Amino acid sequence: MQTSNPQARAEAARRNPRAALRALGMLPVLVLLCVAFALVNGRFASPQNLIIVAQQASINLVLACGMTFVILTGGIDLSMGSILAAAAMAALIVSLDPNLMYLAIPAALAVGAGFGVLNGALIAGVRLPPFIVTLGALTAIRGVARLMGRDTTVFNSDLWYAIIGNGNFLGVPWLVIIALSVVGLSWFVLRWTVLGVYIYAIGGNPDAARLSGIRVGLVLIFVYAISGLLAGLGGVMASARLFAANGLQLGQAYELDAVAAVILGGTSFVGGIGSIWGTLVGALIIAVLSNGLILSGVPDVWQYIIKGLIIIGAVALDRFRTESGART
Amino acid sequence: MAEPLLSMSGIRKSFGPVKALRGVDLTVWAGEIHALMGENGAGKSTLMKILSGAIPADPGGSIRIGGTAVSITGPSDSRRMGIAVIYQELALAPNLTVAENVALGREARRGAIIDRARMRGDCAAILERLGAGFTPETKVGSLSIAERQMVEIARALSVNARILVMDEPTTALSSRETDRLFALIRQLRDEGMAIIYISHRMAEVYELADRCSVLRDGSYVGTLPRSDLNAEALVRMMVGRELSDFYEKQHRSGGGAEVLRISGLTDGRKLRPADLALRAGEVTALAGLVGAGRTELARLIAGADRAAAGEVRLDGRPVPLRTPAEAIRAGIVYLTEDRKGQGLFLDMSIEDNVNINVLAADAVGGTVRRKRRARERVAEAIRSLSIRAPSAAATTGSLSGGNQQKVLLARLLETRPRVLILDEPTRGVDIGAKSDIYKLIDRLAAAGAAVLVISSELPEVVGIADRVLVMREGEIAGELTGAEITQEAIVAIATAAASAV
Repeated sequence: MQTSNPQARAEAARRNPRAALRALGMLPVLVLLCVAFALVNGRFASPQNLIIVAQQASINLVLACGMTFVILTGGIDLSMGSILAAAAMAALIVSLDPNLMYLAIPAALAVGAGFGVLNGALIAGVRLPPFIVTLGALTAIRGVARLMGRDTTVFNSDLWYAIIGNGNFLGVPWLVIIALSVVGLSWFVLRWTVLGVYIYAIGGNPDAARLSGIRVGLVLIFVYAISGLLAGLGGVMASARLFAANGLQLGQAYELDAVAAVILGGTSFVGGIGSIWGTLVGALIIAVLSNGLILSGVPDVWQYIIKGLIIIGAVALDRFRTESGART
Repeated sequence: MAEPLLSMSGIRKSFGPVKALRGVDLTVWAGEIHALMGENGAGKSTLMKILSGAIPADPGGSIRIGGTAVSITGPSDSRRMGIAVIYQELALAPNLTVAENVALGREARRGAIIDRARMRGDCAAILERLGAGFTPETKVGSLSIAERQMVEIARALSVNARILVMDEPTTALSSRETDRLFALIRQLRDEGMAIIYISHRMAEVYELADRCSVLRDGSYVGTLPRSDLNAEALVRMMVGRELSDFYEKQHRSGGGAEVLRISGLTDGRKLRPADLALRAGEVTALAGLVGAGRTELARLIAGADRAAAGEVRLDGRPVPLRTPAEAIRAGIVYLTEDRKGQGLFLDMSIEDNVNINVLAADAVGGTVRRKRRARERVAEAIRSLSIRAPSAAATTGSLSGGNQQKVLLARLLETRPRVLILDEPTRGVDIGAKSDIYKLIDRLAAAGAAVLVISSELPEVVGIADRVLVMREGEIAGELTGAEITQEAIVAIATAAASAV
């Protein structure tokens, strides 16, 4: 909460430049990466390429926003990639029916939110650990996604909402606009609504939250519903980009990229501390890394290794930096 | 004259611009129990952390052990010099056995193989010396807090510690367990150990200490020998001013209407069905030994736990209290005894902590926060409860215990409760804040609230309560009013001594 509070931030900056640096979080790392790639390869900093980076970040960013809500409560949602696949399948299957085709997007969102509510109900109602529930859901929903398309790829070359995946508005891809809208809405919920405070409160101290009269179960169901809904939205975006969906392959390991973005953004893995801006920076770091390494001609195998090490290194750096300051 | 066992002089420590210690002296002799007192934030913990090597002192001061100047740069130095610290939050692994915990980090071994037989043997010898009622094979998780403390002491003895630091060891103990601990501390002293005993409780210091040193605002104030120890002198040294009327009982009770009545309330396990009534404008204390069921009863009334049977009536009307939310809506609030574990959101600002119960009521359409209203509320709370904090945006985790408690109280007060249940409201709180909290309780009662205070400190119960209910083994065993309220009477009921008389 501390770093998302402008009063505290301004005060911290005044007292001590180190604290100001801390409030910036991973932004310096992002800037550093951009500068380094721009120096190595002139094409990196071109407007066209930067738009491509933003577009590549967009689906992960949407998932990472959902993941931020979940991790802030001290949970995790490992099923996001599978939910994304199931939602994309639902969207494409509905879009192939001439009578129902315009219900494709609502269908995808409903599938996503529905699975999310199911996760939330198991976690809040039956009191199972989030890791276990969503790990099970990761596998089970992947199966459902394959079942929906009878384990084949579903195509729709005439997809009515394909503009979402491939079109622009004033030069900005729709994918990017959608992702930034999700960031803005998430920021509003976390920062300006009662629910947002409750989410931080539950992550910080669930017992105290209950004693304060917060209905912890309802908030948890909401949080997993949101992460499911955003995974559904991710499904719409992915299917719009590809005109197709494959229940087996689509969205594999997407949840891990989302977790990486959230953690890179400085959100505490045990909950209660973090911000949506951090997640935005985290998702951009991941996208910049992928894009920059490709442009620099680094072989695919090495890209994986470098990306992994940078994620660990960046978080280690953050730990080291914040050690002397606030508790994490 | 021989050298003192430990002599610290001119110890300084700054955290950024904050001076935590400004040249503190402390001299401790072998074979003495040396109490260390001071308000929260006075620097006791910092001084002890320097002694234990957890943090380095600023250059300039000196530490001598047995007359030799030493430098403590890390925990291993400190351990080698025979210093052992037992913190308030015990540092034991509950999943391991007593012997494993005692030997942790220094396991006896033959080559790469752990020598369990020797570990058990060494441990058994120490436990016998301490008169412990458990064996080396016992899992620590199955021991009580008091027994776990004994394990910590055993660990200190196993490294031949000569200086033992204990930070508020009795906070979670019943009075019987406290007596046993004190006997053990005296035994260790008589064996020649130096014990530095940190405590907020005057009574303990009188009973136990050979000498008492006082810190205030990071400075050393002075040391009193046992013969000069008295409450007035200590309080004056700690707060730097006279505390004439420490306990407040300005309000007049007796005339108020009955607000809350519970009948037959039970959790179906530990608590026998309980009946009690609280009146407006009255402070009722719930006394009894730790484990008598006071907290359990309070949590039922507050909806924190679900009652198995019984009824709660507010103004004569039955109210359902299945969740804390329902209790708060009915006007019943509960101050938990576990402020950090179940009360505060330590990473959140004071502002959010104070407002959390009223956020939804204040919000536009119950959803969008009115931040200006929240800022007004917190500013008013900081003023009226004299909370000492750099700003309302500071995290509550950064505050001292007393100020944290005030933040928690402020949160409860925002809901304008009719019934307040305060569970150990002054536990781990410094003297200045204690006095503020007593004043607040008095003010609330005068304004017509019904207050139920659970307290293990008898002088506090006698000082603030209009009426005392004493619990024993899960039931309300007796009631005292007016002049009947004495420490002796309460103890007699709590320990069932009265029935024998």
